[in-house]
Amino acid sequence: MNQEPLWSIFVNASLVNNFVLAYFLGICPFLGVSSKLDTATRMGGAVTFVMLVSSICAFGIQLLLTAIDAPYLKLISFIAVIASTVQLVEMFIKKFSPALFRALGIFLPLITTNCAILGLALFQTNKGYGFLQCIVYALGAGVGFTLALVLIAGLREKLELAEVPDVTKGTAMALMLAGLLSVAFMGFGGLGG
Amino acid sequence: MPTSPRTTTDEFIKGLWRENPVFVQVLGMCPVLAVSNTAINALAMGLATAFVLIMSNIVVSSLRSFIPKEVRIATYILVIATFVTVVDYVIQAISLDLYKALGAFISLIVVNCLILGRAEAFASKNTVVRSTMDGLGMGIGFAFALFCLGAVREILGAGSIFGIQLFHDSFQDWVVMVLPSGGFFTLAGWLLLFNWLKQRKAKKEQMTALPLAEEPAQ
Repeated sequence: MNQEPLWSIFVNASLVNNFVLAYFLGICPFLGVSSKLDTATRMGGAVTFVMLVSSICAFGIQLLLTAIDAPYLKLISFIAVIASTVQLVEMFIKKFSPALFRALGIFLPLITTNCAILGLALFQTNKGYGFLQCIVYALGAGVGFTLALVLIAGLREKLELAEVPDVTKGTAMALMLAGLLSVAFMGFGGLGG
Repeated sequence: MPTSPRTTTDEFIKGLWRENPVFVQVLGMCPVLAVSNTAINALAMGLATAFVLIMSNIVVSSLRSFIPKEVRIATYILVIATFVTVVDYVIQAISLDLYKALGAFISLIVVNCLILGRAEAFASKNTVVRSTMDGLGMGIGFAFALFCLGAVREILGAGSIFGIQLFHDSFQDWVVMVLPSGGFFTLAGWLLLFNWLKQRKAKKEQMTALPLAEEPAQ
């Protein structure tokens, strides 16, 4: 069992080892939906939510798999459970909160193949976190993801008005921005202890 | 387009350059950036992904008439996850060092959008042979792109390639290149190069399309 204090897990997951800028997880939505601040915030919210749910599920599966001694099923069951959880959550939200569903709507199915979610589940089992630690880790990762997404979306919105050379338009520019942000986030190194 | 006169060789060639998954389609970015800090890691990751891609393409295309449309994505993911588990154990058996260097990113091949994308867009609609060629081309294109990134990052960041020292001791390593930010910068650099090539080609085509208007300015 890992004895890492909760605050350190949170700071580590959200700032020091930011999922997007240090681990490169969830790059696809990061590049895909980061051109508008509004969508970026919603996407961040949806991902944080799914991360929380799937982190709890992954914790349960890990207990079960250890009990029946079948570690080779880890990957398959993780991805299957995450995919179906996302589907369930989607149906649940649609039924009980149509407003929230409209806000998150299109992003929910996309999140299934977001590597940040599966990555989170795998990392937390590798590190041997307890239940409470898992929840804090998922929260931290979600906050970090949202932060990175919102930062880059803000930058890209400003850049819409700027005159850049033709060759740098689109993904190349987003990647350079991400690189600069990643350098900036390196400044947080050592914070989490 | 199943009716177009494209040969199986075309399916193979297109993945290498014209529709290169990384440089042109910008798919499957996570492993591209994460494990390309040395050439050997990048190449291993590329080959592992290529293997999973080819196998899943074969299985998906041979099962394409049995898979119900409603659950197809879930089925594809399960097929992919099975092969990834195989690769995971094989790499662990071959080289423990490599396994440690790649870490969780081997498992994360499952959610590589490139593989699911090819299963959905190509293998579910084409014959086994064509899908195999498509997987082969895309896989090699992916591995090639990863190698390009890994080589640049290792040469600049550590002054070596495949662990062989290239420069004199006085060479100052560009530490930023092996850090996460270096991955973003290197990929941005390659994309710039590709954009520039594309633009130059488009300009040339424009010039040859209007040959009589004026003397092409050199």
